[in-house]
Amino acid sequence: MHKYSVFSLIKNAFSNHQNWEVAWKDPTPKSEYDVVIIGGGGHGLATAYYLAKEHNIRNVAIIEKGWIGGGNVGRNTTIIRSNFMYDANARFNEFGMDLWRNLSQELNFNVMFSPRGIINLAHSDAQMNAYARRGNSMRLNGIDAKLLDRDEVKKLIPMADFSDEVRFPIFGGLMQSSAGTARHDAVAWGYARQADDMGVDIIQHCEVTGFDVVNGKIKGIRTSRGDIKAKKVGLCVAGSTNILAEKLNMTLPIETHVLQACVSEPVKPLLDGVVTFGAGHFYISQSDKGEMVMGGDLDGYNSYAQRGNLPTIQHVLTGGLALFPFLSRLKMLRTWGGIMDMSMDGSPIIDKTHIEGLYLNCGWCYGGFKSTPVSGWTFAHTIAQDQVHELNSELRLNRFSTGHLLDEKGLGTKTWIG
Amino acid sequence: MLYIKCPYCGLRAQKEFSYGGDATVKRPNINEEVSSEDWDNFVYMRKSPRGKHIELWQHIAGCRQWIKVQRDTATHEIFQTAKVTEEIR
Repeated sequence: MHKYSVFSLIKNAFSNHQNWEVAWKDPTPKSEYDVVIIGGGGHGLATAYYLAKEHNIRNVAIIEKGWIGGGNVGRNTTIIRSNFMYDANARFNEFGMDLWRNLSQELNFNVMFSPRGIINLAHSDAQMNAYARRGNSMRLNGIDAKLLDRDEVKKLIPMADFSDEVRFPIFGGLMQSSAGTARHDAVAWGYARQADDMGVDIIQHCEVTGFDVVNGKIKGIRTSRGDIKAKKVGLCVAGSTNILAEKLNMTLPIETHVLQACVSEPVKPLLDGVVTFGAGHFYISQSDKGEMVMGGDLDGYNSYAQRGNLPTIQHVLTGGLALFPFLSRLKMLRTWGGIMDMSMDGSPIIDKTHIEGLYLNCGWCYGGFKSTPVSGWTFAHTIAQDQVHELNSELRLNRFSTGHLLDEKGLGTKTWIG
Repeated sequence: MLYIKCPYCGLRAQKEFSYGGDATVKRPNINEEVSSEDWDNFVYMRKSPRGKHIELWQHIAGCRQWIKVQRDTATHEIFQTAKVTEEIR
């Protein structure tokens, strides 16, 4: 594989960029692999990459029903953060932040990681207290957190509504300066290119139709392109987790819901970080192209549709307008939906299962993108060593029956209001 | 916009309703010994099928009754609605 650099760019310019080598191949599935990863999204691609790089397991296939990067890794709002209160989530995601910081160099692919900061706004004294508590928890875990008062917030986002008439005045906010955004497609492509180079077979347009389980041990999978034997199988399919679990006669603490996002027409640089509204579910950032990238609530009922309904977008943007009145002048460019594997406590699951050789990575709710590197890193460890790493030792499947929930928001089991 | 036929009020817009989740989940009987597994299944475990799904909705901005709706989770098509005491097959 040729390294991407300014020299390769200049060299290829002489041939009108017609002779770039393909970034990953399109192999025919072999009959047997050491590890098969189901799901060619960000997490699946990262898992295959770290299996090859960290554990030298290279006889690996990624099986993807559609095309790589066509699911949630291409549909998210690109936010990367580790502003969690619980130790397990904070440590896990802060390890991920370290991976993000070096990811472009490591993958030789510019993922455009930009630590531009995130501000969670508070609109009451109680919310300020809660953020002070969360910020202190974060700092104890070595994550930067700063509690901003109203004037400090006003300096950073003067375009927000600071007038006297607002229904939800801004009291202050919690800021993580090291949080940011990245180019989501580049993350998928960067991992895919490196994994392919190390011998991983990326098999697209191949649907998993069943599993071969004998005496409680996984033997392989059945696909639309034939049976594939595998010593180990990792499930990494986000919103399709329940569909594959049904084929395995497993019931999981997961419900599948649709989440919409939208972007406005591009405008000049206005907002340099990520801002979340604290009195409703709305978050916003500005892409490098200038579009305002916005999201908020789930549509609120079980769905596999990958598209949502207008009332939810209207509801979310009502919150947006309350915070940023200037948004009313912008035209909406497009909206889209992705399907979320909503876990019952809002935290993910990376674990072994009761079937020997079958591993589970799911429950990302709407926060999967930021964890792409660390999810792949820990899942690869779990598969290669057949045991969880310290980082995902609390992200177990059995925490629901033992009562060790990681309910960061304390919302209970109504996943659709999360 | 979904349009849901409330068995009490007739066809109304989705915005009048609030979602209540899978209607096929049964609470373990009161005053009987419940195993941890049964309790976990009731509280946390969901099938969340792709396709027909029987679910609870409340007509919160209408008659405030809870109702059952059979809806396709892939196409959002609504096949049947019923009072919460009635069965959908």
